[in-house]
Amino acid sequence: MASTTTSGGHRLVVHDPRGYPPKVEGKVLARGLPSLEGRTVYLVDGRFGNGADAFMEQLQAWLRERMPSVRTRLVRWREPFADDPDTSREIRAHADAVIFGVGI
Amino acid sequence: MHAFRRLVDSATRVRGVRRVRQAFIPGSPTGKTAGELRAYIEGQDPVAGRPFTEVLIGELTRSLDGREAVAFDRSVPRLLEADTEENLQRLFMERHWTDFLPIVLPTEARVEEMLRGTSHAPDEVVGHLAPTFYGREAWEFTVEKVAVNAVMAGARPEYLPVILALAASGVTARQSSVSSIGTGAIVNGPIRREIGMNAGIGALGPYNHANATIGRAYGLLSQNLQGGSVPGETYVGSLGNNFSYNNMTFAENEEASPWRPLHVRRGYEPDQSTVTPFLHLRNYLVTFGVRRSWREKLKEMLRAQNPTSGALLIVDPSAARILAEREGFATPESLLDWMHSSARMEVGRWWDHWGTEQFLKPLAEQGIEPWAGRLRADPGEEVTIFPREQLELVVVGGETNPAYALASGRCERTVSVDAWR
Repeated sequence: MASTTTSGGHRLVVHDPRGYPPKVEGKVLARGLPSLEGRTVYLVDGRFGNGADAFMEQLQAWLRERMPSVRTRLVRWREPFADDPDTSREIRAHADAVIFGVGI
Repeated sequence: MHAFRRLVDSATRVRGVRRVRQAFIPGSPTGKTAGELRAYIEGQDPVAGRPFTEVLIGELTRSLDGREAVAFDRSVPRLLEADTEENLQRLFMERHWTDFLPIVLPTEARVEEMLRGTSHAPDEVVGHLAPTFYGREAWEFTVEKVAVNAVMAGARPEYLPVILALAASGVTARQSSVSSIGTGAIVNGPIRREIGMNAGIGALGPYNHANATIGRAYGLLSQNLQGGSVPGETYVGSLGNNFSYNNMTFAENEEASPWRPLHVRRGYEPDQSTVTPFLHLRNYLVTFGVRRSWREKLKEMLRAQNPTSGALLIVDPSAARILAEREGFATPESLLDWMHSSARMEVGRWWDHWGTEQFLKPLAEQGIEPWAGRLRADPGEEVTIFPREQLELVVVGGETNPAYALASGRCERTVSVDAWR
């Protein structure tokens, strides 16, 4: 057993119990908009939990009242935890910004 | 601290982003009225401490500062710096490498001894684990890393093939879900007797060294080899799950069972050794005696389960023989078929479950059957609660009581233990 004894007491060398993580490579975010005025914002219900759709409806109503120049479109992700290529394609084609509802 | 703040930070950092554009509401929108949701929108972001809409719009219009991307070293050393036993126990606990019980420190000598339990090389890659099936990164690990965690659990070298098989299964015993998922493990075949596992009296309890330490090792290796199981970061179970202390690890009582054992039903030979992890273990309801009303009781137990978690019937051999001989279920498949067809509920109620609405309704909306049909059905129409393949049974116990129990759980896969000898 690899160990040493010092004035602090008997010391042991032990293994690190953790596995090996994948490499983390930096990613850059999309640029911010100078303003939302006159822009198209997609409101996405991420489908995790039950309530994000109702929340997004309220957010859409708030934007309509307070920022009437902002165009909104409310969409639902096809299913939680999976890619939705069709919705992604639509967002890339038509949205200036996205608010994606995550969580329950 | 907001319940999801640390989770968001850790999840985005390991994807290479220091901070995503984010805003928080105080709590879950589930079940909230329109007025309450509006109040969330017009109220404060509890993390930023500023009005929610100000944060939301500010984040969308925030310029990048060039520091969003983050890359960092996460190399894991093989050995830690020497320290006293007391300091190492505290270090392991503070870093969430334990189950908050004292561990056997994994010295080089102990790990070397443990590795005698397998013919596989220490640096062979066993597999990958992640805290969730979706969206979290998977970490890689070797035979040696599994052995380290087996030592910590107090296991013996002869148990290592079972522990390696569990690690290789890809099914973590520390699943991170807001629903507090637990995991169990059923061992079959000759390995049970070779290493002295318990399939008799007290098999599900703390009465056997192999059962206890293999189950504990499964939990420790899961949390340490997958990148952690830290509350708020890599574990978000709201209640937590007491099964996670030992992961309900036991051996099937094949010798006393009137039926073919689990691993044979799942394609293995009787003389092959296997382990079957079962996920979604959250509850366990037991009753005593195959009495006159046993069918109604079992139906009630099945109806009480979450429709998307599966169900595992755990049967004492004395009860199994009654079911086989007196009740006519000559095969386990016939009993499981009966459970499948008998476990029914109104489809309106079936859709009123978090699991069915969360995971199956999106499939139904895409037209995928049988779920699409259930969306079209009259709410009063009765449907089977579970897919047949999510029901399973196992025989275990010491015949002091003809008990049977229903646990939530799905047998995810059966893996070879022999492959890791």
